[in-house]
Formats: sequence, structure tokens, C-alpha cells
Amino acid sequence: MFNFGIWTSELNNWFLSFMPDWLTVIVECVLIGVAILLAYTVLAIFYIFYERKLCAWFQCRLGPMRVGKWGLCQLFADVFKMLIKELISLKGTDKFLFKLAPYIVITSSIVMIACLPWGRGLQIIDYNIGIFFILAVSSVGVLGILLAGWASNNKYTLIGAMRSGAQMISYEISLGLAIITIVILAGSMNINTLVAEQNSAWFIFRGHIPAIIAFLIYVVAATAETNRGPFDLPEAEHELVAGYHTEYSGIHFGFFYLAEYLNLFIVSGIASMMFLGGWMPLHIPGWESFNNVMDWIPSIVWFLGKSIFVSFIIIWFKWTFPRVRIDQMLAFEWKYLMPLSLANLVLMAVCVAMGWHF
Amino acid sequence: MSDIKDIIGRLCPSATFEEGDCLLVNVPEPDWFALAKELKDNRELDFDVLSAVVGMDWNDSLGVVYYFTSTSHKWDMLAVKVAVADRKNPMIHSVASLWKVANFQEREVYDFYGIKFINHPDMRRFFLRNDWKGHPLRKDYDSNPELNPVPLDDEKNEDDTVAYIEQPDGKVLKVPAKVFGPDDYVVNIGPQHPSTHGVMRFRCAVDGEIVKKVDVVSGYIHRGIEKLCESLGYPQILHFTDRMDYMSAHQNRHCLCMCIEKALGLQVPERAVVIRTMMDELMRISSHLLAFGCTAMDLGATTAFFYGFREREQVLDIFEKTCGARMSMNYNVIGGVIADLHPDFVKDVKALIAIMPERLKEYHKVFTGNVIAQNRLKNVGMLTKDDAINYAITGPSGRGSNWSCDCRKKHPYAAYDRVRFEEVLETGCDSFSRYMVRMREIEESIKILEQLVDNIPAGDIRAQVPKIIKLPAGRWYQQVEASRGTFGVYIESDGNKTPFRVHFQSPCFNLVGVMDLTCRGHMIADLITIGAALDFVIPDIDR
Amino acid sequence: MDVKIKSMTRDDFKDNEYIDKLVEELNASGTNVMVGKLDQLINWGRANSLWPLTFGTSCCAIEFMSLGAARYDMARFGFEVARNSPRQADYIMVQGTIVHRMAPAVIRLYEQLAEPKYVIACGGCAVSGGPFKNSYCVVEGVDKILPVDVYIPGCPPRPEAFFYGLMQLQRKIKVQKFFGGVNRKEKIEEFFEKHPEERGLIDE
Repeated sequence: MFNFGIWTSELNNWFLSFMPDWLTVIVECVLIGVAILLAYTVLAIFYIFYERKLCAWFQCRLGPMRVGKWGLCQLFADVFKMLIKELISLKGTDKFLFKLAPYIVITSSIVMIACLPWGRGLQIIDYNIGIFFILAVSSVGVLGILLAGWASNNKYTLIGAMRSGAQMISYEISLGLAIITIVILAGSMNINTLVAEQNSAWFIFRGHIPAIIAFLIYVVAATAETNRGPFDLPEAEHELVAGYHTEYSGIHFGFFYLAEYLNLFIVSGIASMMFLGGWMPLHIPGWESFNNVMDWIPSIVWFLGKSIFVSFIIIWFKWTFPRVRIDQMLAFEWKYLMPLSLANLVLMAVCVAMGWHF
Repeated sequence: MSDIKDIIGRLCPSATFEEGDCLLVNVPEPDWFALAKELKDNRELDFDVLSAVVGMDWNDSLGVVYYFTSTSHKWDMLAVKVAVADRKNPMIHSVASLWKVANFQEREVYDFYGIKFINHPDMRRFFLRNDWKGHPLRKDYDSNPELNPVPLDDEKNEDDTVAYIEQPDGKVLKVPAKVFGPDDYVVNIGPQHPSTHGVMRFRCAVDGEIVKKVDVVSGYIHRGIEKLCESLGYPQILHFTDRMDYMSAHQNRHCLCMCIEKALGLQVPERAVVIRTMMDELMRISSHLLAFGCTAMDLGATTAFFYGFREREQVLDIFEKTCGARMSMNYNVIGGVIADLHPDFVKDVKALIAIMPERLKEYHKVFTGNVIAQNRLKNVGMLTKDDAINYAITGPSGRGSNWSCDCRKKHPYAAYDRVRFEEVLETGCDSFSRYMVRMREIEESIKILEQLVDNIPAGDIRAQVPKIIKLPAGRWYQQVEASRGTFGVYIESDGNKTPFRVHFQSPCFNLVGVMDLTCRGHMIADLITIGAALDFVIPDIDR
Repeated sequence: MDVKIKSMTRDDFKDNEYIDKLVEELNASGTNVMVGKLDQLINWGRANSLWPLTFGTSCCAIEFMSLGAARYDMARFGFEVARNSPRQADYIMVQGTIVHRMAPAVIRLYEQLAEPKYVIACGGCAVSGGPFKNSYCVVEGVDKILPVDVYIPGCPPRPEAFFYGLMQLQRKIKVQKFFGGVNRKEKIEEFFEKHPEERGLIDE
């Protein structure tokens, strides 16, 4: 399987051959920054288009068709418009926080995107506590939402933000527990190790029952974390107009909009990394020739393919399910999901301790 | 009939009687409240439903005509007329404490005629801005547009209200009050809000997410139809009905036509009767499909909305072929219908009948059976049967509270006496029951269509009517079962070619009346659910 | 320069003179190639990404829902992202009668829209007051209180008429000029001249 690490280290060596260390670091940082932003934009555009087409498909419609072939250019038109739309500044708002909020949201998702294992050797940040870092950064996004709701000086945004705060804090517990379940199985928090561990088989197969339960818990909690239906209470269109971003216009709203879709990609990416082997191809022990064929598919395709598949599931239930109510949502987490994930954690610990896994 | 007269004559000796479309009791104002109490509480009479409250201006006096029905007795409707001669400061006792439905109805009368209701807790205008000058339906209203120019600023002092409280010594005291206290956190929902189904406005005092009080502010689409009717001939006023509750356009118009036909003593040809019935049922299906879609959408299940609309388009196609329009069909006319059926009509209706059962199953699979949907709808917005009767909540919402109030069964009109169908009742009294009543009513409508589609009699589609339609002097009240409840038309004529007074008693008007009752103690999200399940159409409320 | 709308020929549109006049006016002053091309790009973006504000007062709103539903599917044009918050919408389609009580709310909604913003008067009532013109509290056409870009007559208009009206709006947008024409800068100055006390309270 092709290792992108070869390219990146070649590039690094080439830079070092004519530049001092410090300059190399700066140049590489800039290059990576540009690459991330580019990937971010392209992915966001792809995801918005993907969702619009998907939901059209669920609803017996066609979706965007007229701008470009099959509406492919629709999103570019949207972006152009959004970029030059007026940014309304409001009387009676906390101007600094109001303008800061979208950037906090988007920063948190950009940092998370840097942590994902895009392919073999294609990773930007990796710590020994990588997955922990992702969880920590993901919580920063809530801050942006809370700020947006507060600074707008609007009752709807405030209710949206408060809902969002309650929701994120609650569901982070299940999310974390589901991830810890897998960390127990893997014995590491390092993202590279996590993926490499799944060489023989993905964790969802290796950990069998507890891993599958953890996966389901993760998908539910992740949906809630990204504020998507049926947990889209913070921006519940039919109750709170547009929730926490009601007062935002132009590209500031665009940032929230992009971050929402990117968060969808990120949680799907984490799901594919933790449960579905990240960029690791599908390997079935014993089937050597099959494994070889699978290895021919580039690692980045595996990763994106899995992420998009998980996103498909999340989008699917957004467009199918009605929205839950705030008390039902919190009751669901604290009464059912969290105890279940705790029990599941114990089950996994027992499985690992007894060696009852593949 | 004579025994009602006897009982009322015994209870209130000052009452006089007038025979007509239905028995009318003339009561002097001072005795009115005592009689009202007897009408409600006396077991012999037991008029527990206040069907309509019609404000009137008879030039020499102002007054109100009340229409009552009884759920337990087989009485016909009873009308009570209360008039006061004082045009400067007209006052009538409020019956809002007896029939809760009168609360908003009396505010409407106050708005239109300036009649102040004694002991009414909240005497604000209902439709017009609180800075409006004059009372538009009075015959001496100054319609100079300069008095009331298009306002460009918000209303002031929205919280101020007033009550006219009768003191023990008989004096009436004006007591100012506030709608919300200084500590209430008031969230304004509407008039521009995605889930108020139009331009309704609710001001909600909330405690966290819990709704403590809902103040309904209406009139954002009040077009003054009743006033407009007074200057138009009878065929001309027909088209307004299509634009009130546009989801029951056929039924509303059917009602107005029937009322005029009743006054003229006109016999409608059989063919027209059957066509009207079928159109009414098709309209009901289309309306309930929209209600299904909107309920689903308000709850966040967007896809179900599209499924409902898919079948609705098919119904609209049938309308379009025969009537020429998708909405605002303008199909019924006095004496029949305006055009004969399209040759494809029977085929199209049969196609609809064939697919609907299947599609209903699909809806139940997509939405009704969903555990989230059930949790959101069940035990939300409880409305007991007694409350439903007291607030005169008819239609699917009333039947969701197990109140059998279907006009098609109670007073069969058109072809409803010759078709077999079931009156759908649910016992849950919550939003889910109301929703289920609608879904099951689609099945019943299909049943009715099935029985009629092959039995459309041949013949004329329209009776001969005079070129200029003049109603004899008198008053008529006619009810039909519209998609959202009992729709009533009141016409009072003085013998001219324009009506003296037309009043539309719309079902949705009563539906918003229970918003406060049903939403209290629920969450903001439930307010949306309750609104969706009650399924009111705002232009029908505001008229 | 003719204004192109996909799969619609010039003859499909009525009232071409009006667009021709607009184009003529714009061409009269002449423009830089770069600026002109950039303008075209921006206008292409704006014209193809018209997000409506969900705003309906009566029957026309139901037809607007049909427009979004499967048969007519306005998503094909990219119009389906109906925003509930006026800050994020591009145009307000006034569907239904505007009455006196509603008028201040409509004006406020219009003011809350972010530039560039457009108004479509949809249906007889919004165009002229329709059947309710003689009423005591109906605004006789929304153009009495808002600057209307496109009128769609009908009671209610058919979904096809909605599309026609929306495509007319697209044509209109395509001949606008971003650089100089539809910016808000001048309007802010005008606003401050009218309300000097607001200066400093609002960012410029």
C-alpha cells in the first residue's frame, strides 16, 4: 500500500537541502495551513451538495439541477453570493463576541480536521493522546455557539445556545465513553497506532458485541454533537427560527453553515478511524489475495469512502426522523445512553481482560 | 319547539320570540346574563355549545346575536338576540365565564362594533391595532383612509388591557390591567415565524423552556371580509369564502351557497348536490394531507411533508381539470356549480381511491409509527371533552377529544344522508388523537368518494336563479363540516341585493382560543406541536 | 449583451424592453473588462443562489409550499434553501395580503434582510390589494411600502408563474452592477442623514 509519508519526507528533505531548519518549519506550516483550508472548503462544498442531493433523493425530488451539469456548480454560486453578502451589525449586541463566535466555531473544526488520519502517512497532528485531543478541541466549538447565542442579544438565539450547551455537555459523555471503549481495545490513544492496530481486522469486527454497541452509541452521540436532526434543537428551524445563528448574515452565517457540515465529516471521520479502520483497507484474515486487491485501493479513498458512508447514515436519519424535545433528549442521554455506554465500557474491559476478542 | 318557548318564557318572562330559520329569543340586556346562565346550567335546556356570536348594528341599536346548540338534547339551534340602544357607550354582559369560547368572540365584537362586555377579563381589540380609530363594522363608521393611514411603526402599549367590572351596586368600573407581569420573560413567536402557519402571533411568557402563558395576538391578515360583503351582491361575496380557509375552499363556499339557497328556497339539482359532496370530500383529503405534511414538518420530519404533498398534487389535478384552478377554485355558485365535471373526473377519482390506502400505510410507516413522533405528540396539549365543548372546538380537533360533533352526521346536508361513513372519534384528547382523527378521516372520505363516484346522477348542474339575487328580509344561519370544523355562515338581509350583515363563524377562530389552555405547562417545542395538531389556518381566523 | 437564463430563450420572456433598457443604461457608462467580468461572475452567483425568506400570509404561501414539493421542486434552481431568519435570506416573496397590522412587520422584515435584497410581490393581493382592495385595513399592494422588483399576478399564481417570476428576478440580477450599483454604502450615509442620533451606535 502506498505510503504518503514517502512524499512528505522527500519534500521535507528537499526543503532542508537549501533552507535552514526554522524556515523549513515555517514554510511547511504555511503549506499545511493552505492545504487544510483548501481541503476544508472543498469538503464543505462537497458535503453541502451531497446532503442537498441526498435529501432530494429521499424526498422524490431532483435537487439542484440547473447550475452546471446536475447542479454541480450550485454550491459555487452559493459561496460567491455568501462571500459578498452584507454583514449586518446590530445595535445592542456585544460586537466583539458577536464577531468572534463564528471564528471560534470554524477554528475548532479546522483543528479537528488536522488530527484525522487521511491516509497512510497523511496526517498532520499526532500526539500520544491524539483522540483525547480531538475530544478536547471539539468542545471548543460549543463555546462559539454559546457566544453566538449570547452576543446576539436575541431571545431565540439565547434559547438555542442554552439548548446547545446542555446538549453538547450531555452527549459528550456518551461520545467519550464510546471512544474509550475502543481505546481499551486498542490499548492506545495515538491515532497512528489506533489505525495500525486495525491492520488485521477493523475494531468493529475485532471487538464484536461491545464494539458494535459502542459504534451505535457513537453514531447517536455524534449526531447530537453536530446538532443534526433528530437532535438539531439548537437551531430547530420550526421553533427557534434559526437558533443560535438567527442574527448572523453573510459569511459569518456561512462559517456556521460550513462548520456544521464539516463537523459532520469530522465525526464520520472519527467513526471510521475508531471503528472502521481509518484508512486501513478491509482485511479478512486468511484471504490473502482479497487483501491484496483491497490494498490496491489508495488509503485516502478508503478513509473518505468510509467517512462519507457514515455521513450518509447520519444524513439519512436527519431527513427521516422528527426532532426530539429538549427534555426527551436529555432524558435519553442521562437515563439510557450514558448507563448503556458505561455498562458497555465494563463489558469491553472484561472482554479485553479475558482475551475474548479477535 | 313550543316547549323551549315555555321553559324560556318561564325563566325569563321579559323574553319575546321570533320564528324564522330557527327560534330567536329577544332578551332585554339586564336579563341577559341570568338567562345565559339558565341556558347553560338548566338541565332542561342544556345549551352547552355557543356556536356563534354575531355582532350587529341595526342602525337604531347595537347588539349581539348568539347561536346555541346542545350536545345532549335534540334541539334545533337557538338564537338569542340582545340589543342595546346606547350607541355612545354600548355595554352588554359577557358570557365568557360560562362559555369560554366567548372570550375571543366578544373581543371580536368589541373590535368591530365597540360593544363593551361587562365582566370580560380582557377587553382589547382582537383584529385591529390598538390605535385604530373607530369600529369598522358600525354602519356609521367613517371610512376615510386618512383617519387610519398605513402604519409604519409598531404598536405601543401592547401589554395594556382593560376590564369592565360590574360592582355590587350595579355600577360598571373600568379596571386597567396588564397582560404580562413585570417578571415574565416574554418570548414573541410570530407574526413571521416558520411554524405559526401564517401570520399568527403568540406572546409567550416562559420559564426556561416551559410556557406559562400564551397571549394570542391576531389580525395580521385581517382583511375585513365581513365589511366588504355588505357592499357586494350575493354572487360577488362568494369568492371571499375560498380565500378565508383556503384549505376548505369548497366546503366554505358550499356553506354560503346553501345559506343563500335556503333563504331563496331554491332546490339544487341532484347532480350538483353529489358533485358538491364529492368536491367537499376531495378538499378534505387535500386539507388533511397538508395537515399531515405540516405536522410532520413542524416536528422536524421534513421528508414526510413531501410524501403528503405528492398525493395532494393528485387531488389538485382533479380540481384543476374540473374547476380550472389549483386553489381558490370558485366552483360552487348559488343554485349549483359553475361548470360540469371534466370527462376524466371519474377516472381520476378512482385512481386516487386506488392509491390512497397504500399511501396512508406509507405515512404511518414513515411518521406515525416513529417513536420520536409518538413521544412528541402523545400527552401533549390535552384538551378534555368538556373543555372542547366549552371552547366549541369542532372538527378533527374536537373529535380527537371524543366529542361527536360532525355536522355531516348531526345535521346531514348535501348527499351525506345517503352515504355510509363513520364519524371518526379518538379518546386520547391529545395532539396524537387529533392527528390520528385526520388520518382516519382521509379513509372515511375515500369511502364516501367510493360510494358516490359511480352514482353521479345525470341532469342539470345548476338551478335557474334570477339575474339579480335579492334575499327576503330575515336572518339565516347555515353550518357545514369544513376540513377544520364546523363552519357557519350568518346572513341577515333587509331585502336588498346586498346583505345587511354577513358573518362567517370560522372553526379556526375557536381553535386558537385553546392555545393558552393547551400550551400551559408544556415546552416551547410543544407549542409548535400543539399548533400543528390543531392545524389552524390563519386567514380563516382573521377573515 | 443579452441576459441568458438556462434553457429559456429571449422570446420566452415577456417585457424584454425593460431589461433591454436596463442593459442600455449600464452599457452607456461603459466598464472596465476586469470589473465587468468580475461583475458577471458575482451576478452569476447571486442570480443562481436566491434563498427565499419563508414568509407567507395566505393562499400563495401554500402554492409556495407546492413549489418546494416534489412535483415542481424549486431545488432545481437552487432556491430551496428557505431561510427562516431574514438575515440570511436574499429575497422576500410577499405571498398574500398585507394588512395594516402587518405592514410594520413587513417593513421590519425587509430592513432585516441583508443586502443585496429583492422583493417579489406575489399574487393579486400583494400586487394591488386584489379582491380586498376596498377594505378598510388592506394595504393596496406591497409596493406602497416596499420597493418591489418583480410582480407575479394570480390568485394564487400557479407554480409555473412563480418560476417565471423568479427567472425574471434572475435576469434582473444579472444586469446589476456590484461595483457601484447595489452596495449599501450610500444607503448608510442616507440613513445617518435621516437619523443623526444613530451615528456611532451602529458600525459603519
